[in-house]
Amino acid sequence: MTKGITPFLWFLFGAGGMISALLFPVHILLIGLAFPLGWLDAPDYESLRSLVIHPITRLYLFVFIFFPLFHWAHRFRYTIYDLFQVKHGAQQPIALLCYGAALLGTIIAAYTLLTIG
Amino acid sequence: MPFWWWLQKRVYFNFILRELTCVFVGVFAVLTLLQIQALANGPDAYAEFINRLRTPGLILFNSVGLAALLLHAVTWFKAVPTTITVRFRETRVPDHVIAGLHYVGWMVVSAVVAWFLWPS
Amino acid sequence: MAETIKLTVSRYRPEEESEPTFQTYDVPYNKEWVILDALNYVKDQLDGTLTFRWSCRMGVCGSCGMMVNGTPTLTCAVPLSDYVSSEPIRIEPLQFFPIIRDLVVDMNSFLGKLSSVKPWIIRDDEKPPVEGEYRQTPAELDVYKQFSMCINCMLCYSACPVVGLEPEFTGPAAIALAQRYNLDSRDQGAAERMAVLNEHEGMWGCTFVGECTNVCPKNVDPAGAIQLYKMASATDWFKSVLLPWGSKK
Repeated sequence: MTKGITPFLWFLFGAGGMISALLFPVHILLIGLAFPLGWLDAPDYESLRSLVIHPITRLYLFVFIFFPLFHWAHRFRYTIYDLFQVKHGAQQPIALLCYGAALLGTIIAAYTLLTIG
Repeated sequence: MPFWWWLQKRVYFNFILRELTCVFVGVFAVLTLLQIQALANGPDAYAEFINRLRTPGLILFNSVGLAALLLHAVTWFKAVPTTITVRFRETRVPDHVIAGLHYVGWMVVSAVVAWFLWPS
Repeated sequence: MAETIKLTVSRYRPEEESEPTFQTYDVPYNKEWVILDALNYVKDQLDGTLTFRWSCRMGVCGSCGMMVNGTPTLTCAVPLSDYVSSEPIRIEPLQFFPIIRDLVVDMNSFLGKLSSVKPWIIRDDEKPPVEGEYRQTPAELDVYKQFSMCINCMLCYSACPVVGLEPEFTGPAAIALAQRYNLDSRDQGAAERMAVLNEHEGMWGCTFVGECTNVCPKNVDPAGAIQLYKMASATDWFKSVLLPWGSKK
């Protein structure tokens, strides 16, 4: 089923890999460590909210979530195959679960980013 | 193939380690989505989210996750020059030049993101 | 300095044993020797029944590939002195191939995969010889030259866990050679090869472990060749979706 769109799924994997490599470390460092540990002053609720509702930020956040989710789906799928030596018959459900989860996350992200504000 | 084939060689182990960084990529995408939802649900929901980020469990998780994402970034920038080759004046641009440009881009993009997030 | 060095060599004589066993030989330690020289000493002086393939002794024919201390190695290209600290040196047949005898493996599966990617120049219309040769500039040669250095030694197949996990996987060398012809300015067969390789058992089984490139004695970079192939496949996909009226060759 995924055969015909495999090159496209690989493209999503690649784009997500690039976006997460470029953007995730600084996000985790600031939001996940520097702000909670008090190394730096965190932005307050109102300023962050006004930043997030800006259309360009919404688009940025959608790209930030959508591509990396498919990066996870594609890479995780093959890691499961390689780690657990999954044979042909059992591969399809794993692929469907991975890409399905990424698609679900993408839909929720799109809905959240469209309705915020 | 033995079940633990990836423990038999350093290279194979490093490969599995690299592939498993995708789990953190997925989790951080979801965490970001949860943060946006908390932001959408008002100041109280957001304060609760921020408090949860301060718990030792999430601090530890984020520390491991940052290390994983750094591994992902370094291995990714190493792989890109073999995937996208650029030819300039009839010769292939050396891999280290392409990788180097990615590192420069990484620093610039990180600085821009930090500038937006960090209240002056 | 040791005067002799121990080789632990995998033996398999199908008429005598059902599973491979190990046999240890003491050979003189000679700094000028490569691993293959030590094996030839065993064959000539100690045990004429030991069976292995070799021919050119200079890294061109690609027949003397074996596992040396667990790593796929061209035995004519590595000095004995590199292994003196890790005695005994363990020599086994290339893994992921059926063993015929001792260090000799059955390479039929590889030969089938190799011919499946049509590693030759494909032309839509072959021009008559009287019209002359297909000319190529040094820059056009440079595009594919790296991938043309492959000597079919199969080390990359033994290095690749995906080959071990998925025996149908077309594998590193065959895909690199397909890429060698795709990138050749005289070739017009990229679409035919893509049809063969755009499968799970073709390029998509590869998860870029990269060990094929590490063990390659000719710096072919098969892992890179497969990455280029995936990129080409993704590009083709976008072209076929966005420009469905485009060239349908």
